[in-house]
Amino acid sequence: MSVKQGLLALLAEEPMYGARLRSEFEARTGGTWPLNVGQVYTTLARLERDGLVEPVGGSDDEGRIAYRLTEAGRSEIESWWLTPVDRDSTPRDELVIKLALAVTSPGVDVQRVVQTQRTATLKHLRDLTRLKSRASDEPDAHDLAWLLVLENLLFAAEAEVRWLDHVESTLGRMPSAALRGARAADPVAEDDAPRAATASKGGRS
Amino acid sequence: MSAAVTTGPVLVLDDVSRVHGEGETEVVALSHASLTVARGELVAVMGPSGSGKSSLLNLAGGLDRATSGRVVVEGVDVSSLDAKGLAALRRRSIGFVFQDLNLIPSLTAAENIGLPLELDGWSVRRARSQALDALDRLKLRELADRYPDQMSGGQQQRVAIARALVGERTLVLADEPTGALDSHTGEGVLKILRQRCDAGAAGLLVTHEARHAAWADRVVFLRDGIIVDETGAAATADSLLAEAR
Repeated sequence: MSVKQGLLALLAEEPMYGARLRSEFEARTGGTWPLNVGQVYTTLARLERDGLVEPVGGSDDEGRIAYRLTEAGRSEIESWWLTPVDRDSTPRDELVIKLALAVTSPGVDVQRVVQTQRTATLKHLRDLTRLKSRASDEPDAHDLAWLLVLENLLFAAEAEVRWLDHVESTLGRMPSAALRGARAADPVAEDDAPRAATASKGGRS
Repeated sequence: MSAAVTTGPVLVLDDVSRVHGEGETEVVALSHASLTVARGELVAVMGPSGSGKSSLLNLAGGLDRATSGRVVVEGVDVSSLDAKGLAALRRRSIGFVFQDLNLIPSLTAAENIGLPLELDGWSVRRARSQALDALDRLKLRELADRYPDQMSGGQQQRVAIARALVGERTLVLADEPTGALDSHTGEGVLKILRQRCDAGAAGLLVTHEARHAAWADRVVFLRDGIIVDETGAAATADSLLAEAR
């Protein structure tokens, strides 16, 4: 997603000028995506160039120009609502890559990597839970949007802890030799593998 | 709010170990665990199955005795008590909430809550009055004269929490208290546990759900009977809001 879709979604409700688009966008996304006004005006200029928005009359007393959707813009945003989010384009998850590397790297205490991350994620989950209990008690116009964003972060953090639990239990069932044997690209590791197979099971901890 | 009996921590586990059997059959359930729970604090205990979570809870509640180390509840060293003294400590200071079998089916909610007080020598009328106060605090007064089978699972667990903290009890020990409940109802139960701790109780919550542990101030991790990590204390909601917004 880009700022473009966000602005089109807001303009589908009513015409707005740049500063208001910015404040509405931030309020409705729970402050998780801060924008600067320059970004908003640059995007509006591109949308106007592409025929998706148009100015409503001239500037007001304060020199602000409101924009509204064109038919093409309305069609663009309606199509966006119903198009699934493309997960292939999301950035790679550093944690996944870190653990994938950890289980295949010599000398890394994978269990400790998992534990350290789980503790940090649980702290995050706890902080989000506190925010959520606070948000529920203070209903205002944007409370629902704020709650939805918080819930998304809660679910993501919870899923991460569950995945880390799963990683830990999978590691617990794997003989340490299998972990070290995974380093197929490392000839030293391959040499080590037979010795590791006869070593004690406490090699990982 | 529960009465403040002492100003120190409500629960202290000092280098506590619990070993079952001996020699080749020896099993270490808990090894040199140290933990303090203060008034107003809810601490969650997490860890894989068999990591010692329930052992820790049983020791904290005086349901089991430590092989070594000290368990102190409200300033009283549990190991110094005989069986009668231990039972009295449990009745007066400690409340338990388990996943099920929480309430006695033939007693109403108010009778269930008042029972530990009656066992401790309170008159029926005084115990009922305290039970109704406990229900009022949790906004559950309308359940007072219902039997467990006339209540939903979530209502039963709320009543169980009311019972756990009736009278002057200050320590609530909860073992997977939301186990059989759906996520929304479970959250309501945890919210009440949280509120009771905010009002001055001390809580120890065993759970395998990160989402539930997130209601606690701190999370302690157990593995193979050893406390391997702890999250540390929480920031205040105000500072978090300032940061997030």
